[in-house]
Amino acid sequence: MTFIINILSLGIPFSVALLIASLGEMFNQRSGIFNLGCEGMMAMGAFLGMLVPYSIGKGADVPGIYNYLGLMLATGVGALLGIFFALVVVTFRAPQGIAGIGMQMFGVGTAGTLFRHFIGGTQSVPGINTAPIPGLSRIPVLGPLFFNHNPLVYVAFLLVPLSWWVLFKTPWGLRVRAVGTHPRAADSIGIQVNRVRYQALAVGGALAGLAGAYLSLCQAKMFSDEIIAGRGFIAVALVYFGQWHPVKIMGGALLFTLAQALQLAIQGLGIDFPYEFLVMLPYLLVIIVLAFSRKTQKMGPTSLGKPFNREMRT
Amino acid sequence: MTNKFKTGYTIGVIVLAILAAMLLGAVILLAIGADVMKTYLVILTEPLKNKIGVTEVLLRMVPLTIIALGITVAYRSGIINIGAEGQMAIGILATTAIALLFPNLPRAVLIPFAILAGAVGGAAWGFIPGALKAKLQVSELLSTVMLNYIAAQLYTFFLRGPMLDPAEMTMGSGTPQSMRLTRNLDLTRFIKGTRIHSGIFIAIALALIIFLLLWKTSYGYKMRAAGASERAARYGGINVPKYLIIAMMISGAFAGIAGAIEIAGVHRRAIEGVTGGYGFSGIVVALFGGLHPAGILPAAFFFGLLIYGADMTQRLVGVPANMVQVLQGIIILVIVSTKMILANPYLMQRVEARWHAVTKRPGQEVQS
Repeated sequence: MTFIINILSLGIPFSVALLIASLGEMFNQRSGIFNLGCEGMMAMGAFLGMLVPYSIGKGADVPGIYNYLGLMLATGVGALLGIFFALVVVTFRAPQGIAGIGMQMFGVGTAGTLFRHFIGGTQSVPGINTAPIPGLSRIPVLGPLFFNHNPLVYVAFLLVPLSWWVLFKTPWGLRVRAVGTHPRAADSIGIQVNRVRYQALAVGGALAGLAGAYLSLCQAKMFSDEIIAGRGFIAVALVYFGQWHPVKIMGGALLFTLAQALQLAIQGLGIDFPYEFLVMLPYLLVIIVLAFSRKTQKMGPTSLGKPFNREMRT
Repeated sequence: MTNKFKTGYTIGVIVLAILAAMLLGAVILLAIGADVMKTYLVILTEPLKNKIGVTEVLLRMVPLTIIALGITVAYRSGIINIGAEGQMAIGILATTAIALLFPNLPRAVLIPFAILAGAVGGAAWGFIPGALKAKLQVSELLSTVMLNYIAAQLYTFFLRGPMLDPAEMTMGSGTPQSMRLTRNLDLTRFIKGTRIHSGIFIAIALALIIFLLLWKTSYGYKMRAAGASERAARYGGINVPKYLIIAMMISGAFAGIAGAIEIAGVHRRAIEGVTGGYGFSGIVVALFGGLHPAGILPAAFFFGLLIYGADMTQRLVGVPANMVQVLQGIIILVIVSTKMILANPYLMQRVEARWHAVTKRPGQEVQS
């Protein structure tokens, strides 16, 4: 029993980057933009997040504030990348799938280039440590599972109700859903479709940047070229699986926690199983999940992936 | 007047696009304190200064051409294949398996057989996203990426396990690679002192085959129709899902062939990092080449130059080779944007009106 709780509580932090990134992607897709560049934005976030504490402390311990400055830089640049992507797919109306691949290469490449220049090799940072919530973390079973984590883990799970509230209970959320569902109707009642899409992409980019910084500052405590390892793409898939709803997306992210926990458990128990097949598991899971969620895909934003042109009749 | 304006407009937009791309690249180069002009100059001219350099560019052109041809078939059929990386890896595994199992076959049999095996391996890996898209509407963008990661793990598994070089096992340095494959698989290196191999002729032949397939056969016509407008194609009685799967299998087969040729021509054994981003660069080459074999060949040369040139920037101007990935990303973004700008007639009309308003001399009528 203790073993299971240990494994699960170790698994939960692994879902956090996915959760943050897919909540961002949810805003993108709800506004009608399919952002496949998420991976690149996460890579930039991961690099910038660690750059700040590293360049101050060179690997030594730094005051916590620099870690949070790193998070803020990653979030800000993520938002800028989202706006840059919006320029390409909203203003120029480029096909979103292929543009997303360009964005992914641009982000991953830039992060790699800057990393080699400013940091060089494998360097670790102290990063952000676990912050058990006083009192609550002592509750048996629930304590270690939910209240003994990194501050960002709590933030990520608080983002779930927050994004639900923003998306379904605020005027801005309504506008996002409107431009993603029927941009022409939204346009006819005076909503500036392109502006809302820019905003949604900025939010999505910011969250992708934050998710990347979580990986480098809280999870790996270092940066490498493979740090994102497809999480940006998995985040996109999670949005489909979670039917564009924050709570269901969280469910999907937790499913990946289970896959991660299973991987840890097999290694922990010393079962002789090829390591490569364990690493494969989450990617395989994505394909299976997508194959079995095709009915729900019809519930997505109807204008997903379609550029809006005020001047064209449709 | 209008036609003249249109040509000028098109050229103007393209020049602006190139400037925008170089400017974006310059921003990143400035961030790392590099000499921008010198970096571009090194990437574009340094490789062409001697025989080795030119042949190395041609060497990189081979997989780029073949993969881009495959991606073109898929793209023209309405499916974006970003899984060439994985299909190439599986192709390499299949080729290596054949070479390890039948080392004594004569050259004339083994080479076609091994390349065919690579094609089959890649096609099988391409079949999965094709079928998932056709039957279950799974986005090929996501499934192919996931299959890339899965293939990469399978690749490592085989190189560490069943295909591991026996010498590595006894010496124990543990490099995951296969043994030196039989010499009967070696593609001829036809210029002494360089690595350029006969695979380049295969690449050119395949370009011709793809041109004939897509534009001179009914199969190609149906695939292009499915890609141009799925609904119209279905109305015209074309079995769209079937052609989607076929296109994806051809696309995968080409990536597999590229892998097989890389092994037979360059590395002569399966090692890690053979695919090295060719799968993604192939997308850029295909787009840059206008999704047409005649454009892909020069585009592949250009990107071979870029990739090899970027290898040199680290030494000569202190710019990491990752810069080539940045440039490729920028080029994709700029190409897709430029295409849409050029396809926007309203924008052109507006620019034309503005142009005439500015350049109008007194007493001259404005023609439209």
